[in-house]
Order: sequence, then structure tokens, then C-alpha cells
Amino acid sequence: MKLNELTAHEILKGMSEKCINPADVYRSVREAIKTHDPKIHAYVHHEDDGIAFDEKKFGRFPIPIAIKDNICIKNYPTTCASHILQGFRPPYDATVIKKLREAGLIFLGHANMDEFAFGSSTESSYFGVTRNPWKLDCVPGGSSGGSAAAVAANEAIWALGSDTGGSIRQPASFCGVVGLKPTYGRVSRYGLIAFASSLDQIGPITKDIEDNALLLNLIAGHDEMDSTSADIPVPDFTHALTKDVKDLKIAIPKEYFVEGIDEEVKTSIFDAIELLKAKGAQFKEISMPHTAYAVATYYILATAEASSNLARFDGVQYGLRAQPSQQRRTPIIDLYEETRHQGFGAEAKRRIMLGTYSLSSGYYDAYYLKAQKVRTLIKQDFDEAFKSFDAIITPTAPTTAFKLGEKTSDPLSMYLSDIYTISVNLAGVPAISLPCGFAKNGLPIGLQIIGKPFDEEMLFRIGHAYEQATEWHKKRVSL
Amino acid sequence: MITKKDVQYIAHLSRIHLTDEETEKLTTTLEDILGYIEKLNTLDVSTVKPTSHVLPLQNVFRRDLPRPSLSQADAIKSAPESHKGSFKVPQVIE
Repeated sequence: MKLNELTAHEILKGMSEKCINPADVYRSVREAIKTHDPKIHAYVHHEDDGIAFDEKKFGRFPIPIAIKDNICIKNYPTTCASHILQGFRPPYDATVIKKLREAGLIFLGHANMDEFAFGSSTESSYFGVTRNPWKLDCVPGGSSGGSAAAVAANEAIWALGSDTGGSIRQPASFCGVVGLKPTYGRVSRYGLIAFASSLDQIGPITKDIEDNALLLNLIAGHDEMDSTSADIPVPDFTHALTKDVKDLKIAIPKEYFVEGIDEEVKTSIFDAIELLKAKGAQFKEISMPHTAYAVATYYILATAEASSNLARFDGVQYGLRAQPSQQRRTPIIDLYEETRHQGFGAEAKRRIMLGTYSLSSGYYDAYYLKAQKVRTLIKQDFDEAFKSFDAIITPTAPTTAFKLGEKTSDPLSMYLSDIYTISVNLAGVPAISLPCGFAKNGLPIGLQIIGKPFDEEMLFRIGHAYEQATEWHKKRVSL
Repeated sequence: MITKKDVQYIAHLSRIHLTDEETEKLTTTLEDILGYIEKLNTLDVSTVKPTSHVLPLQNVFRRDLPRPSLSQADAIKSAPESHKGSFKVPQVIE
């Protein structure tokens, strides 16, 4: 196996046995970027440009990592794959970046994404699409499509993504890698350019469960700079890899297996369930009656929060500035309106408009407040399930990766591709996607495991036990 | 029912200039999306409390200690236009 195809735990083991030099790993990953990224386009900024490493000063974890383009790296282009942030170089590091620097990680660059994380396919990026490494005419998923594709194409050993409605898990599923959305509050959001502040979480994208636990160890924890980060102890997540699932109680929500799901996806999920049963886990079908309302609820709440968060992009403090050729209103209003006209893409405009509408006078109660109430009901479905179960298992997405361009003209069908991941963000619970098979078309299928708040250990435990008995996570793409 | 006039009004609230073509298109897509969202009306939520945030957090304080902050130079470094350490904007008050 080539060095860039290894997992971080294999690299770290090789380093301790003195048979792997991290500088060679780094070179091998850089070489893969040079060779494959012109066709994959996982990265939007990957020049060395001051974030290269010093070979003589390796830290504890000299693992090459890709960072989603919405996580601030000091003095490095950080653009949310948007025209409006053109030229922006943050004056500070996000907390997760600070932590990774201290651990000695090597930053490869910023990975492509849907503009401001608005999308499920990475097609709304200002910089152009990312292609699925398993099938180049398919999307990598989104919005962290660049991060997932980079890991799948062996153009990074690890990646960080962010997940507001499935943006880590769905691309992980489409690209055949492992992606975790931690519990809301587990990882600091300081320096993550905000989309929907009550839903956003940063999380790890890796080739297997053990690597995912290792990377979560490095980024988790309370942070004074994020008042919503939880002040509770962080365990060593690798201790959860016990290989044992005996007598665990796992729920299968029937609402996740109704219309719209591919037969092949369904079969793979039930094969995984049979395998875990054989290892001693107990399964039971349950009902989560408000599942069908999650997408509608999400598209009110997430866009409302986004419309407010994106008000800061106005051509004054950073990024693009534009002025119309003829005066329309006052000079300052013209500056705002023209900058945002030129700076935002179609999906960003659509979401800001939808959010502004549901917050506007006369519609607040009918839309925003109503959605907040339905959010309570969705959360109660999870609270109820976790009274009797240790975890919930579902597919990550109803289908495998779809074709480039297939859903771009129909926003609603794009929104519905997140149907299995969105409730998790509304409830604030953690969930992981891991590969559980391949469809006949050669594309990976993802299994989603959902846990109780702050019980990421359970997800790793079940996921790791599953990996012990399967080979899906060892499959590497040939490009 | 969303009209073109509604879209123009929301665009102004959002401080986004739209071309006629964009206005036209958004009128249709917003109508579609809001139509889908209508399904929430089939639920009775009259007795349900709203959730704005999943964590049981209220008024998080940190100690009020002085510490270094961004320098003025760093703060305006990415500004498209600046003047003597300030962000520069077109005339606001006539």
C-alpha cells in the first residue's frame, strides 16, 4: 500500500517502529494532490503558502490534514468557497486549528465546499465542482464534499468538515469514508464561519473509526471563546474501541426505511444489522413520528439563522466590494446591495431570502416560531428513543452519490437528499457515517449510527465492532 | 402565494440587488419551497414550547480579565478600503 493510502494510526505505529518517516508520508500526499486534484478538485487553496511544515520539528501527530474552507486559518485564504470572501485572510486561527497546530498536524490547504455550506453536492462552490473519486461524473456530496473527496482520493490522511444538516455525514457516505458530527457543544465553533449557529458543529473525516476517535480527541473540549461549547470532561475516545457490542440495545426507526430509499442501500443497512446481531447486539424497530417534518423545520430555522449570520458580508470589513454603475438608492445601500448581488451565488441568495422572509414581520409566528416548536417535537422523538436504547441505526442517505447536475435545477429535491441526517442536528445529538457496502454502480453506501448527547464513545464502539468484521473501510480508490 | 413584489421587498430587506431574471426565478422557487414547508401546518403545536437551542445553557459568563485582542492593523488588514486605520465607506449622512 502507498503511504498516502495509510490511516493515521498505521502511520503513527510505523513511526514508533521507525519504519515510516512522516516526511515521506507528506510528500506522498502532496504528490497525490498534484496528480489527482486537477480532476477531483477537492481543494480550493492548497499552495504551501506559509502553512507548510518544518521537517526538523515534527510534533506528536505529523498527519497531513485538509481543512474545510469555512474554518479560519491565520493569514491563509479562507473563503467559504464564495466570491464574497475573495482575498480574505483571517487575522486569527479557529480554536480547532490552534489545537491541531499544538498537536503537530500538517495543514495541506482548504477543501472545497458548497458556498457557505449551503448545499448537499459541493456544486454551489464559486470555484467549481468537486468530483466523486469513486465515479468522476458523480457528486462527492456536500457541503463538506472537498474534505470527504480529499480523504477518499488519498489526497489527505485526515480532514475536518462542518455539519449543519448532514454536511459531514452525507459526503462521507457518498465518498466511502468515516465522518462524525459530534454532539452540539462538543467541539468549539470559534473560528468556524457561522451558517446556522444553533446547528453547526465541526467534525472529523477519516478512513476508519480508530482514526476518527484519534482526531476527535485532538479537537474536542470546552473553549471560553465559544459560549455554547460544553464544559464537560472529554474522555479518551480510543478507549471506546472495545470490539464488543454484546447486549447493546439498538433502535431501527421505521420512518427511515419508507419511500425514496434505494433497495441496495436498504439491503446493505440490514446486512450490517444482521452482522451486529450476530455479535450480540439487540435490535428493535421503533417509530420516530416527527421524522417527516425535519426537512421543512430545518429549512426554516437554518435559513433564518443564516440570513442573520450572513448580514456581516457587506463589502466593508473584508472580501469583495462592489458599487453599481448607476445610483439606485443611497451610496451606502447601493454598496451593500451590489456587493451582495455580485458576491453571493444563487443558492446563498435563495437561503438568505427564505430566512429573511420567515423572520419578517407578519410571518414570524407562522414560520419561525412554528418551526421552533416542531423542533421540540423532533428532539422529543430522540429523548424518548434514548430512554430505552443505546443507539439508533439508519442509512446516512437514501441513495448513493447522484450525478453532477442532476439536482441543481430543483432545490427542493437537493434539500431532500439530507432527509436522514437533518433531525440529528435539530436534536443536537452525535452521529457517525461509516462505509457499509458498495452498490452495483461502484459507489459506496453509508451506515449512520446516532447516539445520546455526549456519547460519541457509543458510536465509535459500535462502528469499530462493525469494522472488525468487514473490509469496506479498507477499500481504496484507484485513480 | 409569493408575488414578484414580495420577492423585491425581501431582497431589499436582505440588502441584495436582484436582476429581473433572478426575481422571476426566485418567485417560483420560493413558492415551491414554502409550499413544501406548509406540511408543518398539519401538526398541532399550540401547547408545545419552542426550542431555540438544544443545550440547557443560560447566561454563560467568563472572568472579566484583560487580555490581548486584535490590533487595529490586523482588524482592517482584509478591508477592501480603509483610511487612517478605519474602515472606509461611502457617505452615509447627507
